[in-house]
Amino acid sequence: MSTTGQDVLSVRDLRVWYGTERGAARAVDGVSFDLRPGEILGLVGESGCGKTTLGRGLLGLLPRGAFVDGDVTFKGKPMPAVASKEYRALRGAELGMIFQEPMTRLNPLMRISEHFEETVRAHHPGVSRERVRHAALEVLRVMGIPPTRYRSYPHEFSGGMRQRLTIALALVLRPAFIVADEPTTALDVLVEAQIIKILADLRREFDTSLLLITHNLGIVSEACDRVAVMYAGRIVEIGDARQVFRSPQHPYTQELLRSTISLSTTGLSFIPGSPPDLVDPPAGCRFHPRCPHAMRVCATQAPVPLEVAGGQRVECWLHGPESQVPPGGGEPLHVREELSVADEA
Amino acid sequence: MSTATAPGSLPRYIVQRLLLIIPMVWFILTLVFLLMRVAPGDPVSASVGGRLPEAALDQRREALGLNDPLIQQYWDYLSGVLTLDFGNTITDNTPITQIVKENGGATLTLTISAMLLALVVGLPLGLIAGRYRDTPADGGIRIFGIVTYAAPVFYTGLLVQLLFLNVFSGWPLLGQSTPITEFTVETRTHILLLDAIIAGDGDAVIDVLKHLMLPAVTLGLLICGIFIRLTRVNVLQTLQADYVEAARARGIPERRVVRSHAFRNAMVPVVTIIGLQVALLLSGAVLTEKTFAWPGLGNQLITYIDQRDYAAVQGIITLFAVVVVLISILIDIVIALIDPRVRY
Repeated sequence: MSTTGQDVLSVRDLRVWYGTERGAARAVDGVSFDLRPGEILGLVGESGCGKTTLGRGLLGLLPRGAFVDGDVTFKGKPMPAVASKEYRALRGAELGMIFQEPMTRLNPLMRISEHFEETVRAHHPGVSRERVRHAALEVLRVMGIPPTRYRSYPHEFSGGMRQRLTIALALVLRPAFIVADEPTTALDVLVEAQIIKILADLRREFDTSLLLITHNLGIVSEACDRVAVMYAGRIVEIGDARQVFRSPQHPYTQELLRSTISLSTTGLSFIPGSPPDLVDPPAGCRFHPRCPHAMRVCATQAPVPLEVAGGQRVECWLHGPESQVPPGGGEPLHVREELSVADEA
Repeated sequence: MSTATAPGSLPRYIVQRLLLIIPMVWFILTLVFLLMRVAPGDPVSASVGGRLPEAALDQRREALGLNDPLIQQYWDYLSGVLTLDFGNTITDNTPITQIVKENGGATLTLTISAMLLALVVGLPLGLIAGRYRDTPADGGIRIFGIVTYAAPVFYTGLLVQLLFLNVFSGWPLLGQSTPITEFTVETRTHILLLDAIIAGDGDAVIDVLKHLMLPAVTLGLLICGIFIRLTRVNVLQTLQADYVEAARARGIPERRVVRSHAFRNAMVPVVTIIGLQVALLLSGAVLTEKTFAWPGLGNQLITYIDQRDYAAVQGIITLFAVVVVLISILIDIVIALIDPRVRY
């Protein structure tokens, strides 16, 4: 947890709240993690748990009216104010973003070459077209796009090729950190494997750190060094990807892994209920209404982040600290019945 | 990845569009022809019936070919149009081509200046309203757009005339020029403004421009309202587009994002509508010309409609229809030049 000088990105207690008619929706509510150069951190969790907001918040791409708080250190320096020119200058040059839907992320009226020229010149005004071309063709080659297609229009490419184009576009200025927000959700499985391979190999070619947002746990085990599991705006478990998959410590992670569908799956497992209301989240541990191991303390006090045996950091009372659990707090909380009654009502 | 990348796909597209003119014009000509024949009564008795003896009327009918079988008349009409002969009017036996030649210039001047005005005012206002959505500026521009679009052109014309009569008395309210200009400027192109410029007569140019201003503003405002609303909606949409957010994520400066991603892409549907507005422009020109005694084709058209001169009406309508077709084909080509997705 110590902020070492070699971290590319260091996030401390980041909060992103959206104003809604009912009050603030705490999409990201106190998230901390570090990212080392070339490291790939997977970010998993159900839809609506704040993954995308976290990714966009790091790039300052939030809608107007979003409230951001917390300390983000990038390459040892604090991140500039969200709307500032300095932030704009970082985007594209040092911070990149790969989006979910490649089909609509390129301007249909602009040639691929124009996309590259615009991007490079936004950060290095006056660079010659020839030099842009040189830099672009190099990343395009890594992405497997032939140089003959450099002056084509976006509609002349397939979905998988377009995603490779947007990745190339994100990489052309060699950013130190990239957020990939479910980059393969809109693609078929074969193309998905190809894109994941490309992303997993990025560090070899470009030394880029990656925050890979996904809800596909298979992708995480394929491509990621570490994994962060997010629930209702908080990271409930973070650690080495293999370690987390081998011995998940948070009940939510365990349930999430149990719900994974693979070819050997015989029965479908799921977590009853749905992610909580972010405007008015449950008191204590936010997962306690759905947690099979919920105790009394879980309903009243938020768990403390704790490093456990395998090296993961977990937020769960099951792992203590015992000293902070009030007397009788360890008694099981019978939530399951309440929940099923509520579901039937 | 099929024909789109093939070189020369744009010329092929243009040729296709141009060839499409033939069936479209043919269809319109047929429609006009049939509509005129379906109308009750025959053109001769409708226009000059009661004023000439029966024998003379019959002679007119024979001369116009109205006694021929329908198919014969159809053939005569089509082959006439092909040789740019739109027939003669019944009431004053003037060739339609001559009417077009003498009055077309005034209509052309009016419609082009109204269109330019609508574009120059409408597009920027629409862009501003879309860019600064829900601000007071947006509100004001939207009201302006609705009012100008909803106000009937003859009513706007009357208001404008009243305004100038009372505030700038002496400003010309009717006609295309003072009689002096009309008689001194030598007729070459039948476009008075152009003739005055060619003649190098500065006073005449100013005189024509002064006369042109009110009808052009009146007609321009009508179309301008549509451009404002359309541009605004499209800018709102493109500002939300995924590629705009992606451009921001690449650190493209906001001004450039707005200009070369949002505005440029918003123009594609607007250009399409510009083409469709030509029809509205011509129909608006008819009313504007009448309101301002502008000596154009629309004014002539109303005169001949009053006199129930079917032949004249048919000739002028045919011309209007052909112009609309030609412009819409032209717009198709312009769209293809802007938007690469269209070319295949």
